[in-house]
Amino acid sequence: MKSLNVRRILMSLAAPVLALVVAFVVTSLVLVAVGDPVGEVWKTILAVPKPRQGVNIINAASVFYISAIAVAVGFRMNLFNIGVDGQYRVAVFAAAVFAGQGWLPGWLNIIVSILIAMVAGGLWASIAAYLKVKRGVSEVISTIMLNAIATGVVSWLLLKVADRKEGSNSIETKTIPDSSQLEGFKLIPGATNRVYTLLILAVLVGLLYWFVLGKTRFGFDLRATGRSETAAVASGVKVPRMVVTAMIASGALAGLVGMPLLFGQDHNYGTTFQSGLGFAGIGIALLGRNNAVGIAFGALLWAFLDVQSNALQIQAGVAQELVNIIQGVILFAVVIAYELIRRADKRIEQSRVASELAAQRRAAPATEGAPA
Amino acid sequence: MVANKDITFSVRRGTVHAIVGENGAGKSTLMKILYGVQRPDEGTIKVDGQLVNLHSPSDAIAAGIGMVFQHFMLADNLTVLENVVLGAEKLHGIGDGARREIKRISDAYKLDVDADALVADLGVGARQRIEILKVLFRGAKTLILDEPTAVLVPQEVDELFDQLAELKDEGLTVLFISHKLDEVLKVADSITVIRRGTTIDTVDPKSVNARQLAELMVGSELPSPTTEESTVTDRVLLKLDNIALGSGTGRPVLDDISLTIHAGEVLGIAGVEGNGQAELVEVIMGMREPSSGEVFLGDIDISDWHVREIREAGVGYIPEDRHRHALLLEAPLWENRILGHQTEAPNVKGLLIDAAAAKADTERIVKDYDVRTPSIFVTAGSLSGGNQQKLIIGREMSHKPKVLIAAHPTRGVDVGAQSSIWDHIRDARREGLAVLLISADLDELIGLSDTIRVILRGKLSGEFDPDNVTAEDLGAAMTGAGEKEASR
Repeated sequence: MKSLNVRRILMSLAAPVLALVVAFVVTSLVLVAVGDPVGEVWKTILAVPKPRQGVNIINAASVFYISAIAVAVGFRMNLFNIGVDGQYRVAVFAAAVFAGQGWLPGWLNIIVSILIAMVAGGLWASIAAYLKVKRGVSEVISTIMLNAIATGVVSWLLLKVADRKEGSNSIETKTIPDSSQLEGFKLIPGATNRVYTLLILAVLVGLLYWFVLGKTRFGFDLRATGRSETAAVASGVKVPRMVVTAMIASGALAGLVGMPLLFGQDHNYGTTFQSGLGFAGIGIALLGRNNAVGIAFGALLWAFLDVQSNALQIQAGVAQELVNIIQGVILFAVVIAYELIRRADKRIEQSRVASELAAQRRAAPATEGAPA
Repeated sequence: MVANKDITFSVRRGTVHAIVGENGAGKSTLMKILYGVQRPDEGTIKVDGQLVNLHSPSDAIAAGIGMVFQHFMLADNLTVLENVVLGAEKLHGIGDGARREIKRISDAYKLDVDADALVADLGVGARQRIEILKVLFRGAKTLILDEPTAVLVPQEVDELFDQLAELKDEGLTVLFISHKLDEVLKVADSITVIRRGTTIDTVDPKSVNARQLAELMVGSELPSPTTEESTVTDRVLLKLDNIALGSGTGRPVLDDISLTIHAGEVLGIAGVEGNGQAELVEVIMGMREPSSGEVFLGDIDISDWHVREIREAGVGYIPEDRHRHALLLEAPLWENRILGHQTEAPNVKGLLIDAAAAKADTERIVKDYDVRTPSIFVTAGSLSGGNQQKLIIGREMSHKPKVLIAAHPTRGVDVGAQSSIWDHIRDARREGLAVLLISADLDELIGLSDTIRVILRGKLSGEFDPDNVTAEDLGAAMTGAGEKEASR
């Protein structure tokens, strides 16, 4: 049993490491091909982050983490929620509007706003769930379309409720009262900026995900459905209900994605609010193999690359969009590597089972009578 | 041919060579090695005196070895031609060249295959001939047939054997794997017996009878599926009243089915696959809504119940297709022990999974049901079919079911395991279990059942008494040839 675990761990580490190496090589080749300074680029990206950047990395990672967990909930039962992007947008808008009114004091305002965000995200996701269960519409298609719709709906509503400031071009919701703005933790010494208070939210989401999926009956049913829908049905799982539940849970978690940003940084929702977090989540969930700890590493890596690439333009004279190439190649490579390793793992296990049984047999004849 | 250190045998060209024996690490592994899916740790394989190295199925095909799988690998919505050329487009193209080649092979070996027929319209026998043709099309000179008769009725089996004789006469070599010893004796020119991964003997079918052969396989006295004294009581445990299931258009899949099973009774259902057995089971288990009729468990109407409620109420379920319905192949054995009983002790404590208790109980099942596995942490997919089935049966029996719905409980299981599964069913029956036994193995049906009924085109026949019925009678009722006699 021990040896099996060691093999498992090595096997699951092999893929991401391989993917990073491939990404490094491919990116270098791209740089060489266009005549950019390869050495300079890697020196910038792989430099030890300054304390301020360290804080930025942790902040970005916490947001990525929630997004990736939201995606992973769907992935675990073969449900591809591509709509985290739209769900968090709708949710953060709803929460921002509510929080901006300042009807409730301090933390109460924050907590109720977070709940509103979860409900909004869940409701938005439930449209896709309904379409899948009742009408057989693929959730991939419906969530992608709902992303576009979410962008439109939110922009339109934003214009309705916007709190236009004099002399400013940006359109945004009413800024939340000071009492509900979160200052953050001074986690890294020497940094002038602070880590989001709602980093706690990411930690809680991770714990919840690990516990519910790994330890509860509900989680077992969900994973069983993902592994084999037919076997799940025969074992008594009500699959349509499971689809609805998982989709709404995914959407509710997606609703949390914007919360650290809203309460720790932006304090309102406007046209400049960070976008694309949902898509990053899909990649990170893949990279982290839908595992609570794996996703944490994936989120940190993603955040590290994002933050470090900011200096590329100044230090190496290379556009910071280069990081998209690196991230893209990592994803490609990791998906391929996981599949290769999954197959190899299956083969190794089958032959290992066969050979261990053969060994048992060789030991057995003494008691069971030698074969003729 | 020499494959693996433990297995040694050679096959002459132009013969049908049968391999019989336990599943375990023996036959299926050997087949995988011969077909290049798995690599032997030691030993060599020679074809026509040439040492061959089989790294992949394409190597095997290049060496002239072709595999006809037990489960057909055909796309229903494509024509025969399209199915045959799929993956072998380079050989004869995908048009008239391929069609001519199919015609040539079909004529040469009397396979009677129409290249332009849609596979969905064809019966089981025809599909099997397409599988054989696919292999020949790719130039195989040695055919491996894995349990080819498992899906056929007696009449189709005879046709298959005629075709094998034809192939043999044309100089092809056939490796025939089967559990059905009388068939092996009928068709093979020589028989190799494997037990626990080792070749026991290669015998001449003319010099042995089925009983001797079986004893070679098991290595001990042969079990036979005979029920002793009747244990049937008058307490009704499962009752179906006028169950019907429409198919949308045309003939209903299930047509006015009524049956009653008492405590301690085994009701056997015989029938050619695809006559409504699978649907009948799914209706009872709550996986399908019947169009009309009721299902009673004891005297409770469970027609509207969901699968989980039905299972919790004490209905054990051994599905026909264990890979699709009974196992999570990528999950470890102990998680598979939970599957289907996610709400019952010892698997859960309240809303939480009790992994420790589930693991301990899996250890017990592995021991009691002789599931051969190195540990309970390996994935279910890495076990052989027979051991998977033993795990499933152990799991279902562990929850002390009142009613057991068993579809082909010993399919793909070796003789040793088969007899232990029969023993478990018999023991449970003695304690008052009601069993609905669906099987394609007529000997199993006759041996285990208290009553046998035949299902044909969604309708149940009258009752047969297993003491006075022959396999031929049942075969006739199954194909509808003897509809008059069947009603008794």
